[in-house]
Amino acid sequence: MRPLLFTAVRLLDPATGLDAPGELLVQQGRIAAFGPSVDRPDGVEIVAGEGACLCPGLVDMRVHFGEPGTEHKERLASGIRAAAAGGVTSVAVLPNTRPPIDDPAMLEFVARRARQLKSVKVYPYAALTKGLEGRELAELALLKEAGAVAFTDAEQALADARVMQRALAYASALDLLVVQHPEEPSLASGGVVNEGAIAVRLGLRGIPAIAEVMMVERDLHLVRATGARYHVAHISTRAAIDAVRRAKAEGLRVTCETTPHHLALNELEVEGYRTFAKVSPPLRAEADREAVVEGLVDGTIDVIASDHSPQDQDSKRLPMAQAEFGVIGVETMLPVSLRLVHEGQMSLLDLLRKLTVAPADLLGLEAGRLAQGAAADLTLFDAERPWKITEAGLSSLAKNTAFEGRLVQGRVLLTMVDGRVVHRFTA
Amino acid sequence: MIDLTFRQKHLLGIEGLQPWEIADLLDCADRYVDLNRRPAKKLQLLDGLTQINLFFESSTRTLTSFELAGKRLGADVVNMAVQGSSIKKGETLIDTAMTLNAMRPDVLVVRHQDSGAVSLLARHVNCSVINAGDGSHEHPTQALLDALTIRRRKGRLEGLTVAICGDVRHSRVARSNILLLLAMGASVRLIGPPTLLPRAFSTFGCELFTDMAKGLQGCDIVMMLRLQNERMQGSYVPSVREYFHLYGLTREKLAHAAPDALIMHPGPMNRGVEIDGVIADDIDRSAILDQVEMGVAVRMACLDLLTRDWRAAA
Repeated sequence: MRPLLFTAVRLLDPATGLDAPGELLVQQGRIAAFGPSVDRPDGVEIVAGEGACLCPGLVDMRVHFGEPGTEHKERLASGIRAAAAGGVTSVAVLPNTRPPIDDPAMLEFVARRARQLKSVKVYPYAALTKGLEGRELAELALLKEAGAVAFTDAEQALADARVMQRALAYASALDLLVVQHPEEPSLASGGVVNEGAIAVRLGLRGIPAIAEVMMVERDLHLVRATGARYHVAHISTRAAIDAVRRAKAEGLRVTCETTPHHLALNELEVEGYRTFAKVSPPLRAEADREAVVEGLVDGTIDVIASDHSPQDQDSKRLPMAQAEFGVIGVETMLPVSLRLVHEGQMSLLDLLRKLTVAPADLLGLEAGRLAQGAAADLTLFDAERPWKITEAGLSSLAKNTAFEGRLVQGRVLLTMVDGRVVHRFTA
Repeated sequence: MIDLTFRQKHLLGIEGLQPWEIADLLDCADRYVDLNRRPAKKLQLLDGLTQINLFFESSTRTLTSFELAGKRLGADVVNMAVQGSSIKKGETLIDTAMTLNAMRPDVLVVRHQDSGAVSLLARHVNCSVINAGDGSHEHPTQALLDALTIRRRKGRLEGLTVAICGDVRHSRVARSNILLLLAMGASVRLIGPPTLLPRAFSTFGCELFTDMAKGLQGCDIVMMLRLQNERMQGSYVPSVREYFHLYGLTREKLAHAAPDALIMHPGPMNRGVEIDGVIADDIDRSAILDQVEMGVAVRMACLDLLTRDWRAAA
C-alpha cells in the first residue's frame, strides 16, 4: 500500500484535546506521524485537505445490520457501505438477529462475515439472555471470549428484576458492559408514539415518558447492589437523564447514549401519521429533546449512536399501529449531530468525543484516537458544507430516514479503515 | 338545493374543516331531512356514480346509513366487508386501496380499526374518501349528525354546554365531536374515570371531570359514549356494576343537568352499563332516534357536496 499524506487538514483528536492545522501520514495501515508538518516518504499519495477536519474514524455503538435473518431490509455489505459514507469506521451490531447472537458460534459467524468485506469494522454485541427471552442468562463469559463487546437484549428491556440482578452480578465479576433498553414494558406495550397531547389527538396509543425513568431507576438500584457496569441505550427523557446524572454523581459505573433523532427531532414529527418517525423509544416532547441536548452538553450523555434500524417499505407503509419501529441513521449521524456545533451548543471536539473515543472506550475497542502507531481509521469531513438528505442519496439498502428532505451542514469527504479508503465523496 | 362548492376532496375528519364548511354541510343536510320524510325519497343526483362502502371493522348502523344515503341519491352502492378476507391473505391496506381504485369508484366510504388508516388509504386513490371511523381517531359523519340533531332541537350550537361522558380515551366519536363543537362555539366538558379520560384531552380546550354530577351541572346536552366490554379486561374499570354506579346516566345524575337537557348516544347502547333504559326511551329527553335519522341526511349531504365538482365536470 502506498503511503498517504493528508495535507492542510484540521487535526481533531478529542482524546488529547488536539485541534490544530497540520498533516497526517498513513503508512502500512497505521498512523505513522502527524503534526504541523511531517516528512514525505517517496511515492507518497497526497490528499489535499483544503482545511477540512480530520478526526479518528467514528464509532457507532448501536446499529442493526439485518444479517442474518432480515437481509431484505439491510445486509452487512449495505450497512457497512452506509457506515463508510457516514464517516463511521467501527460499528457495534445488536444481537437481535434471526437467530439471535446468543451463542459463540453465531457471534463468530457474524464477525467473520463482516471481516470478509474488508471495510468498516464490525463488533457484535451478544444477548444478555438466551434467545433474548429475558429468562436465562446467555453464556456471557464464552461470548466475551468470542469477542462480544457488550451484552444486551437489544430492543427488549430485560424486565424481570431478578434476572437483571443476576445478569448484573454475574457481569460485574467479568467486568462486562450491560446495555439496557430502558422501557418498562408493562407500561409501554401496545404504544406507538409518545404519550401526550399529540397521541391523544391522533387517537394513537402512547408510550409514557415515565416508562423510561422507571426502568432506569430500578436498574440503578440493582447496579448499586452489584457494582456492575451499566449503560442506558438511546435515552430520551428528562427524568431518565436526571436519574443518570445523579447516579454518576454518586459514583456508580453508569453511562448512557442518545441518538441523532432524539437530539434533533420531537414528537411533532408523527403528525399526519408519518410512520418514518415511529421509533423506539418514541420521539418525545420538546422539553425532553432539550434535556437530551443539555445532557450531551453537560456530559451526562456520553455517546451518540445512530440506532440504525433498517425497515423496508412494506414495514412502514402501514397504519401507524401496524408499522415497524425504527429509522436508519448511520450515514447521517455526523451531519445531524453537527447541528449542536453549528448552533453553538457544543465545541466540535466535545461532539466528536461522543462519536469516537467515548464509545470506543466503553466497548474496549482500540479505536477513536489519533495516535502514532494506531490503526489508520480516519474520517475527513467538511463541517460546514451544506447538503440535503434524500432517500436516493443514501447508501443503505433501507431508506427509512426520518430526515428525508432536510438540509444539514457537514459532509464526510473520505473514510479510511486500516489505511484503505472505504468511502470518497464525489460531488 | 343550495348552491355550494366544497373545497375538500375527502372527508377524513373534522380537523381541517372551517366553521363555515361545517355550517354548509349542516345546512345541506337539513334539506335532506325534509326530503327523507317524504314518501318519494329517491333522487337522481348521483346517477351513474359508484359508491363503495369498505368496512374493515364490523358495523350495522353506520353501514346501513351510508348505504341508504347513497341509494337515495341514486348512486350504485356496493358494500365490502373486509374483515378476514383479503387481510388474511396478506393483502395490505394500500394494495386493497389500489385494487378498488382500479375499479373506478367515485366515492369510497371507509371504516378501519387503526387510527390514520383512512387517510393513508386516501393517498392512494383518485376518488373521494369519506372516513366512516378510523380507530380511536375520528368519525366525522357522527359528529356532523350529532351537531345537526342538536341544532334542530336547540336551534343553535354556539354557547351551548355539552357533556361527553364515558370512554373518551378510545372514542373516535368523542374526538370528532370535541373538534366540531369547539369549532362551532360550544363548550365541551368531558366526564369519565381517569383511566378512560387522559388528562391530555384538556389540550383540546375541554374541561375534564371525574365526578359526573359536577360535570353535568347545568349542561344543555348529555352525550353518552358506549363502554366496550373489552375495557373490563384491560382493567380500565373494575366492573360493569361499579361503572354504572359512577358513570351510568340515571335520573338522579341527569337532575344536575339543565332541566331541558338533551340526551344523546351514538349507539349501539348498553342499557344498564352507561345508560338507564328508562332515560334512553324518554322521548322528551332522548334524541337517540333523531340521531339515527339525521345520520342518513348528513351522509347524503356529504356525498352530495364531495361529488359536486366531479358532477359539474361530467
